[in-house]
Amino acid sequence: MSDFSGAQETERWLWPLFATALFLLFWRYAVIWTGTRVFPSPFEVRLGLAQLVEGGVLWRDIVDSIRRVAIGYFAAVGFGIPLGLLLGWYPSLNQIVNPVVQILRPISPIAWIPVAIILFGVGDHAAVFLVFLGAFFPIVVTCVDSVSNVPLIYRRAGSNFGLTGPQLLARVVFPAALPQILVGLRIALGIGWLVVVAGEMIAVDSGLGFLIIDSRNSGKRYDLVVGAMLLIGVIGLILDVLFRRLETIKRIRWGFRNEP
Amino acid sequence: MSSSASARAVTAAEPPMPGLPIKLRTENVGMAFLRDDKTLPVLENINLEVGNGEFVCLLGPSGCGKSTLLSAMAGFLRPTSGAILIDGEIVRGADPRRIFVFQERGVFPWLTVEGNIGFGLRKLPAKERAERVGHYIQMVGLEGFEKSYPHELSGGMKQRVEVARALAVNPDVMFLDEPFGALDSITRMVMRIELLRIWQAERKTILFVTHDIDEAVQLADRVVVMSARPGRIQQIVSIDIPHPRDISSPRYLELRDGILSQIGLAHRL
Amino acid sequence: MKSHTWLKPAIFILVLLGVWQLVVFLHPQQLLPGPWKTALGIVDLFPRGLIVKYIVASVFRVTWGFSLAVLVAVPLGLVVGWYRRAEMALNPILQILRPISPLAWIPIAILWFGVGDLAAIFLIFVGCFLPMLLTVINAVQSVPAVYINAGRNFGLGPVPLMRKILFPAIIPRLMTGLRITLGIAWLVVVAAEMIAVNSGLGFLIVDARNAGNRYDLVVAGMVIIGVVGLLLDNWVRSLERSHALCWGFEEKQ
Repeated sequence: MSDFSGAQETERWLWPLFATALFLLFWRYAVIWTGTRVFPSPFEVRLGLAQLVEGGVLWRDIVDSIRRVAIGYFAAVGFGIPLGLLLGWYPSLNQIVNPVVQILRPISPIAWIPVAIILFGVGDHAAVFLVFLGAFFPIVVTCVDSVSNVPLIYRRAGSNFGLTGPQLLARVVFPAALPQILVGLRIALGIGWLVVVAGEMIAVDSGLGFLIIDSRNSGKRYDLVVGAMLLIGVIGLILDVLFRRLETIKRIRWGFRNEP
Repeated sequence: MSSSASARAVTAAEPPMPGLPIKLRTENVGMAFLRDDKTLPVLENINLEVGNGEFVCLLGPSGCGKSTLLSAMAGFLRPTSGAILIDGEIVRGADPRRIFVFQERGVFPWLTVEGNIGFGLRKLPAKERAERVGHYIQMVGLEGFEKSYPHELSGGMKQRVEVARALAVNPDVMFLDEPFGALDSITRMVMRIELLRIWQAERKTILFVTHDIDEAVQLADRVVVMSARPGRIQQIVSIDIPHPRDISSPRYLELRDGILSQIGLAHRL
Repeated sequence: MKSHTWLKPAIFILVLLGVWQLVVFLHPQQLLPGPWKTALGIVDLFPRGLIVKYIVASVFRVTWGFSLAVLVAVPLGLVVGWYRRAEMALNPILQILRPISPLAWIPIAILWFGVGDLAAIFLIFVGCFLPMLLTVINAVQSVPAVYINAGRNFGLGPVPLMRKILFPAIIPRLMTGLRITLGIAWLVVVAAEMIAVNSGLGFLIVDARNAGNRYDLVVAGMVIIGVVGLLLDNWVRSLERSHALCWGFEEKQ
């Protein structure tokens, strides 16, 4: 750490810029050398994106994707946290339910698409349902884990002050588990964002995922494909960064320090 | 040479300091844990009487079951055999009238100093609660840190928060499980002095677990020396030196050496 | 005593199946099959050998994509995690690539590799590589400085230091990362097979739906996916418990 502590401030900007520039250059010359007619250069991607912005379609696609994620994700949070806390609180109940969760969890949300379409038809509801499925199981599993990881010492201290049942859960176990739960919620948001794009490629006809598949199918517009991918990356990154802000709240920050 | 005689070796449950009504009594308490389908005896035949307002130290090597005994007294564990009685009633669970002080690890990291100390006072009206919290913050010397979170405090300060949190609910009995074990030696001395000051002001019954012989002799009215595997009471030593104790007085050294040789150690390195 | 532990979960599963059957029974015009028809669907897949063929096809793709990703990501992660400048330089690119659904790469995968196994393997590689790389970088950076100083103290240069200190030190977290990544690979292969190839469990689902609305086979496919995924997960967990690797897992009693 000490070897470049003096230069750290500038290096923080310099190295990423350098690497990104190198990456773009490599991309550009790779396109030129391979002589591909289909795969776009960075410059073409930029033109394609500009074209989409002018057309006004892009904004609608972004809003559609985010709306689907928001609804599905909040539904998953709303059902997943209470269920997870309940299962973490009553280990005997968890033993009963856990095998079902473990079987459902490895099923790709995408594999639910035929079922989602039967239940909800092609459209928003199907995509929202997929996001819900993708986020729900990780949230439940994290809650169960983080509740059972709460040190015995905190539970004892809480019950020593006369807390029982729901009070102990609300005033001791939940705050003690919160940092770990938040990490799980952030990961689940990331999964929701992965799933919505995939879902839109199949089950609906708007959104960034649809933009990708549509750009390819109608005229091999690979500049738009790559442009949409970059947008998906940037928006996902922004969601992640916003969520990380929560982790700096004082009541929670203790859980994110490195030392024991 | 004279150590065992002068330390007034006592075999069975010696009655507490004369004139004190019995607060806590253990009757033939035994504990055993199941490990790999084998029962592992941890405590055997613990008979002990503690008077109201008495300061008793449980002293023994690590693994002698002293912390287990303390947890059972606080109601976190059930004895496998025998019974623990407080005020003549069998202990059946944790109770706010008797508070357990962990090492500073028991402080809730998601609450401020104020929030921690007021944790057991949620039934009081806000104004009264604030007064009580303020009083105990002052008593343990944490003025100015009311809004701080535990991760911003030193180990000694966290320990004070825990003691204040326990005192704030005005318990009859306090159980302290090696409360100063994680502190540096200077802070540890300061904390002992403060604990004695608070004990003399509030006259709680205190059961204090330690593996530090000096700590036990400096603090306690009586020291319960325990042996390991399974944990038994080996001897109960009354410390008949008035506070404040002169830790270089002949009597102090005599009592300490007596306990040292009881444990099987010479008092010379 | 042993039977007791699985008895209650088994009853719970039976109750759920009963509710499912009841719901289907109350809505006879519904396309979705009940558990009975699903079971028949699974049985239906056996004689034609399809079930074995499809499971093997999916597992084959996962094995290749996953192994390639691990083989590239672990050494790269060790290096990038060790040199902080490299981590700083690559971080923005990694962070932007990470939220892109592996499925969004499908057009590119097909463009580069055509429709077939290679495209699916590429998609799994893409899905596994970034999580694995980030796990390793993270793990390397949280190796206690004491270990590294001890290694330096014994005069180890950068390469032996990575081999003898960093790598063993990150194994516990690496194992957890491997398990999670294998889970991702299993999620991705199913999705990829629904679009980019014409065999495998994901293809089974899409094909059963498109060719004649055989929803019993759709749900049968989902059940098989769940079971195989669970088996994979258990297999890696048992590796985590094996003695040579488990020093990091012993703290929890």
